[in-house]
Amino acid sequence: MNPRLTALVRGAAPLIAIAALAVLLLVVAPATLSSFRLNNLGKYICWAIAAVGIGLAWGRGGMLVMGQGVFFGLGGYAMAMHLKLEAAGPEGIPDFMTLYGNGTMPGFWEPFRSGAFTLVAILVLPAVAATILGWAIFKRRVKGAYFAILTQALAVVFATLLIATIQETGGFNGLNQFTSFFGYNLYDPVNKRMVYSIAAGLLIACLLVVWQLYRSRFGELLVATRDAEERVRFLGHDPANIKLVAFVVAAMMASVGGAMFAPIAGIISPSDVDATASIFLIAGVALGGRALLLGPALGALTVGYGRTTLSETFPTQWTYFLGLLFVVVILLLPRGVGDLPRTLRSALKRSTA
Amino acid sequence: MDAFTTPLLAGTATGALLLIAALGLTLTFGQMGVINMAHGEFLMIGAYTAFVTQQVVTNADVSILLALPLAFVVAGMFGLLLEVAVISWMYRRPLDTLLVTVGVSLVLQQLAKDIFGAQGDPVVGPSWLAGNIGVFGYNWPYRQMFTIVLALAALGGLAALLKYTPFGRQIRATVQNRDLAETMGVSTRVVDRITFFVGSGLAGVGGVAVSLIGGTNPNLGRGYIISAFLVVVAGGLGQLKGTVIAAFAVGIATAYFADWTSASMAQVATFALVVLFLQLRPQGLFTIRTRGLV
Repeated sequence: MNPRLTALVRGAAPLIAIAALAVLLLVVAPATLSSFRLNNLGKYICWAIAAVGIGLAWGRGGMLVMGQGVFFGLGGYAMAMHLKLEAAGPEGIPDFMTLYGNGTMPGFWEPFRSGAFTLVAILVLPAVAATILGWAIFKRRVKGAYFAILTQALAVVFATLLIATIQETGGFNGLNQFTSFFGYNLYDPVNKRMVYSIAAGLLIACLLVVWQLYRSRFGELLVATRDAEERVRFLGHDPANIKLVAFVVAAMMASVGGAMFAPIAGIISPSDVDATASIFLIAGVALGGRALLLGPALGALTVGYGRTTLSETFPTQWTYFLGLLFVVVILLLPRGVGDLPRTLRSALKRSTA
Repeated sequence: MDAFTTPLLAGTATGALLLIAALGLTLTFGQMGVINMAHGEFLMIGAYTAFVTQQVVTNADVSILLALPLAFVVAGMFGLLLEVAVISWMYRRPLDTLLVTVGVSLVLQQLAKDIFGAQGDPVVGPSWLAGNIGVFGYNWPYRQMFTIVLALAALGGLAALLKYTPFGRQIRATVQNRDLAETMGVSTRVVDRITFFVGSGLAGVGGVAVSLIGGTNPNLGRGYIISAFLVVVAGGLGQLKGTVIAAFAVGIATAYFADWTSASMAQVATFALVVLFLQLRPQGLFTIRTRGLV
């Protein structure tokens, strides 16, 4: 074949793969799945959106982000607060506040009446939080395990805070019983399908963003920082800035995933955003292949599906599966299942040579 | 006076628990670069060892004394098993050990739930630990003092082991320069294994103290592991001195914050404090100086 044509096909391969996934999620799935199953798939897609960000930060950037649940929660709670206020109607206040509290609404809820403010907050809140934390950590060259532990501690703290503030955030129960999504009745199956399609569309958009990032100069620098941070510093770049950008983008993606999770799942609670939930998000990324383009998303979809199916058949054994998945995948397939073909090919080459 | 002493004394006891938990972590972290997220589950194993011992030897006065060495051995054996079966295969990938051990901790928690039930079990304290002593108007329970005594004994034992025994010398050599230690004839793999045993065993002993204060619980480790890691991070890798100071600082600071605000706000404040502290000393309180860049 013409070498230029081969190069063209190879360059377009990721795009073709993303397009195939888009067709699968946006056309095939809605046409074939029952509305219950489609809603479940919608939840997995929200986790997959967060997983794409983890792939960027961890797979390409080498930062093990163990607290993505926090950013997932920032987006999720921002969206849930808006939906709660929408359900309460103008001037109304969310039902749980009269139930647990004295019936007055905390001031920070008020701006979330505005849909536009909420949408901006979903992107800006995690970006600001990640910038402050990332700046403090990366500029002082805190990295590796230190960074991972700090992010996990953040997730623990965040969940504790949510559980303690029952009057402000619903506490352990979280926020639930949303009736409408920006004016569309959430009990109507057509509208539910629309919310699903938005989530699937956002997943494809995030994949396109990381695809562009990975082939850009920034993507090269990020991988270089992961593999040899000191060399990057000696070449005149500041690794802290490079890592900060990846961390912030990952946080925003997690937030978008959380924001779509609230209307699709119909609930967001501390157990969706705590340390265990954050680890669950990582499981998919590790399984699919952390440094691959589609690995994190496909891995998260698989783990999400596995969680539903396994906990339907074996309610308690699911935790064993999740635990063993970590041990087996990280021990034997550190680059994930998605990288298996390449590993096998190189092993084959070595044995024939 | 009460608002000052109560958090101080209660915080010192919490700090002592954190110290026992963090000693093992800082050893394995400093020596092998292994981040053992299942370390909290070794506390849990220690607590359940105390519970099971009490089922067999019903006399609470005796069973606790029996449980202490038993918990050390049982938790230590679990640690050894973890090292041999999983961690020894991945010494070149320290960050990945973190995730693998997260998986192990999930399995151990579920195992405890399946064996002992999701609800916790009470452990009866011995009669010689019942009651309390009045210190500046605060009734300080003997159990909390016992925790401190236990932590100091563990610390003293470990420090003596490191300083005066040939094996301790081998550990210190391995921590400072693994390759050089190996060329001097130290079998670092054997040293690693024994370190893991000792570190996990200490957590088991800590678990006995925890069980005296709050009984057993399958999720017991989760509550301590993050604070223990913050202690290790703030104290500096593999540094006993730093770990001791950081453990009591975190324990006491959390107690004061909890007294001023609430238990959950105290967690937030302690986390912020550790992040701020890392701004001043990114490598923790004390560090081993090396010529390496990383």
